[in-house]
Amino acid sequence: MSISISAVHVIVDDPEAAVGFYRDVLGMSVQNEVENGGYRWVTLAPASQPGIQLVLSHPKAGRSEVDGDAVAELLAKGELGSVNLRADDLDAVFDRAAAAEGVEIVQEPTQQFWGVRDIALRDPAGNLVRIEQAG
Amino acid sequence: MADLDELRRLRRARDRMDREFAQPLDVASIARGALMSSAHFSRRFRDVYGETPYRYLMTRRIERAAAMLRTGDVTVTDACMAVAAASLGSFSSSFTQIMGETPSAYRAREHTELEGVPGCQAMVLSRPRMPVAASSRIGEAGAVAAS
Repeated sequence: MSISISAVHVIVDDPEAAVGFYRDVLGMSVQNEVENGGYRWVTLAPASQPGIQLVLSHPKAGRSEVDGDAVAELLAKGELGSVNLRADDLDAVFDRAAAAEGVEIVQEPTQQFWGVRDIALRDPAGNLVRIEQAG
Repeated sequence: MADLDELRRLRRARDRMDREFAQPLDVASIARGALMSSAHFSRRFRDVYGETPYRYLMTRRIERAAAMLRTGDVTVTDACMAVAAASLGSFSSSFTQIMGETPSAYRAREHTELEGVPGCQAMVLSRPRMPVAASSRIGEAGAVAAS
């Protein structure tokens, strides 16, 4: 029996801005877009891992009004979720992110005491994105 | 529905404390950055995150200082200076209040409790958390610090 990761969901309040970040800043490619009930689901993947997809969806997509509101609040206050990534050239990624609109820098490139060198950003929706230098 | 724009401003203010803890930051200037009066900012921050911004910033500084002290090659004075604490005396008393032991005792002992914990988790697990009186809607005091 073998299991691999096929998709990871990331909730974003503005699909356009999110695609701008994950595609144009981080270099992932859009693989699929689905529209349903006024909401868009966008699927992206990095070139190095085409089999692992990032699925972007709206807080209110497929949820009750009450739950959608609760999720939107957690997202806005920065407590909903986080995405951990790895880059072969962390400084290049950081420079691109720092120059991009709608991306907030939470932590400059830092050598952590547990051995990794990493950065932390907020994607345009407010998800924490931590990126570490590949070894 | 909550005011999402206000929540985003509070989030940015908190991120700023995480990022600039080593600068001489104070609540008044952070509140200005969030376009709120100090009193309103402190109240809303506590409502949303379960602790006051002053406390959050102090905890962040102590947590970073503790991480430096755990390495064992930084003196207490160096750690105090590195996190922009007002004075060694206030740093030591805040540290002791939050961590339950003095900075020098913390620096001197072994920290086996964090061995084998993946690094980014160690940071989260070692972040001191105070029980808060006001519980959130789901009865969980304060979400896990993200950074």
